[in-house]
Amino acid sequence: MSSPAAAPATDLLAVLQARFPAAVARPSGDHPAFNLPMAEVPAALRLLRDEHGYDLLIDVTAVDWDVEASPRFSVVWHLLSSTAHGYVRIVAACADDAEPTAPSVVSLWAGANWHERETFDLMGIRFTDHPDLRRILMWDGYPFHPLRKDFPLAGIETPLPDLEVADITKATVLPAPMMGGPFVASTGEMNLTEAEPRAKDESWNERNAKPAVL
Amino acid sequence: MPTDYAFPDSAAKTANAIEAPEFQTEKMSLSMGPSHPSTHGVLRLQLELDGEIVTGCDPVLGYLHRGDEKIAENMTYNQFVPYTDRLDYLAPLANNVAYACAVERLAKLEVPERCQAIRVICSEMARVSAHLLGLGAYGIDVGAWAIFLYTFTEREKLYKLFEELTGARFTTSYTRIGGVARDVPEGWVEKVDAFCDQFLPILENILNLLTRNKIFIDRTQGVGIISKADALAYGLTGPNLRGSGVPLDLRKDKPYSGYERYEFDVAIGAHGDCFDRYMVRGEEMRQSVRIIKQAIKSFPKGDWYSKDAVRIFAPRKDKVLTSMEELINNFMITTEGPQMPSGEVYFEAEVPKGALGFFIVSKGGGVPYRMKIRSPSFCNLSILPKVCQGNLVSDVVSILGSLDFVMGECDR
Repeated sequence: MSSPAAAPATDLLAVLQARFPAAVARPSGDHPAFNLPMAEVPAALRLLRDEHGYDLLIDVTAVDWDVEASPRFSVVWHLLSSTAHGYVRIVAACADDAEPTAPSVVSLWAGANWHERETFDLMGIRFTDHPDLRRILMWDGYPFHPLRKDFPLAGIETPLPDLEVADITKATVLPAPMMGGPFVASTGEMNLTEAEPRAKDESWNERNAKPAVL
Repeated sequence: MPTDYAFPDSAAKTANAIEAPEFQTEKMSLSMGPSHPSTHGVLRLQLELDGEIVTGCDPVLGYLHRGDEKIAENMTYNQFVPYTDRLDYLAPLANNVAYACAVERLAKLEVPERCQAIRVICSEMARVSAHLLGLGAYGIDVGAWAIFLYTFTEREKLYKLFEELTGARFTTSYTRIGGVARDVPEGWVEKVDAFCDQFLPILENILNLLTRNKIFIDRTQGVGIISKADALAYGLTGPNLRGSGVPLDLRKDKPYSGYERYEFDVAIGAHGDCFDRYMVRGEEMRQSVRIIKQAIKSFPKGDWYSKDAVRIFAPRKDKVLTSMEELINNFMITTEGPQMPSGEVYFEAEVPKGALGFFIVSKGGGVPYRMKIRSPSFCNLSILPKVCQGNLVSDVVSILGSLDFVMGECDR
């Protein structure tokens, strides 16, 4: 692969808009960033890699913009040029808020495989055409996507990953002991949301049973 | 660059040549780890074996997943500093610095030169300490016990210095957004200088124990070759990428914390095998010492935290106890967190394992809305299925050691 120099930000926007008219600059605190329609992302990333020297896929991740927000999920790609040493950020919103999907770029960078598995695991974004979309950090069969904003910080009671062990021990994976746990003061009559606004999760306490599912 | 040259005495090659029908047997599945000495933590490899040859490798991660990204969304920026210790727990100081720089990038905050120099010295000491452990453990993995004792003696000296600086040997939590927790103690810089002077000859001894060691060379040279194209495709960073001949070092190419002021060389490998990755790490330690020496020689006087960062860096304790303004400010920073503008930033620093990145989405205030941690070990390990393929089981141990990963960072 030849290594052409990475273009400056303003040129990059022109380059992207020439091929993808829907590309717009995205507000960013540092690197050039662009919003693209989801379907055009693989082609845009290929263009940046092959013709503008962004040869390293540094990161793939997603952001949950809140339960009520629509579009709720955005997928974020970060590229780095190993020769010109510039970053670029590509962001695309998922069309479906309930079943978010995004195109896989494993065919462009083999390293995208694990990044996309992680994003699927923790955020629940399905990458179409991914060769092996399994969970990677949580265990197979885990029912939730923990980085979503409606997942409580403490966790939710779930069965043990090993069903045989669960059968014998009758044990489950319990939420973290946020109340009554060590070093956690009792909130008394208040529920945790009132007592600790940043722990924006449970409306349950010692007296009110915790919700079974989300 | 030669990447696929032949190694005539490679055992895997010889074994591959055995194709007589009496050697054709069923494939075997072997679970290696999660607590296997060579997996350096809790990594499990689900291997598929044809005799001694690995025909398939599926790494199973997540045994050390603690949900650091979720935790980060629920606490203030300064409260998260101790969690960064526990990412790459072999180089906590380097993680502290990377994290602080990332959040400061969000706040568009420049720290004074003295603070930058302290952070550079910390990062480089952490790098030496992490590479010493990596080398010692790698030696044990491939059958060279003695080196471990030498590297750990040196590491202990570094830990003494860390303890003097931060109060903790392991979990340092030294940086704050906008500065560091405290200035360097009196006489500490001189001690670091003295350590560097006595360390260089010992480092040569340590490297001599391995570099010309026949057993070590046989176990590493020509094993686990990663081509330049593969290294880029899998997003490798740090010594693993440079071992494959890509001269990408963020300290040089995207300087942060004043790295542009220091002279150092970036070591790269020629073949991309385990031996090259070892050589790159060896040279990196020499360069780290070179950087530390320069930083100490030009150690600036002045502030060790940013005085402009009024709503970010907590005021000095003596001021808090005597002035109303500072008392209120201290209270606000402690309870609400350092006040950040809204925006999105991505910052990467060159930590011992590679590029540690933080993608921060802020909606303003003292708590990040979303924080993604891009861990170098995670990306470096993703190449395992490819690089283990066709190697002997014993070479898997060589390859794992040469990738030098930490599961705390990989699983987050």
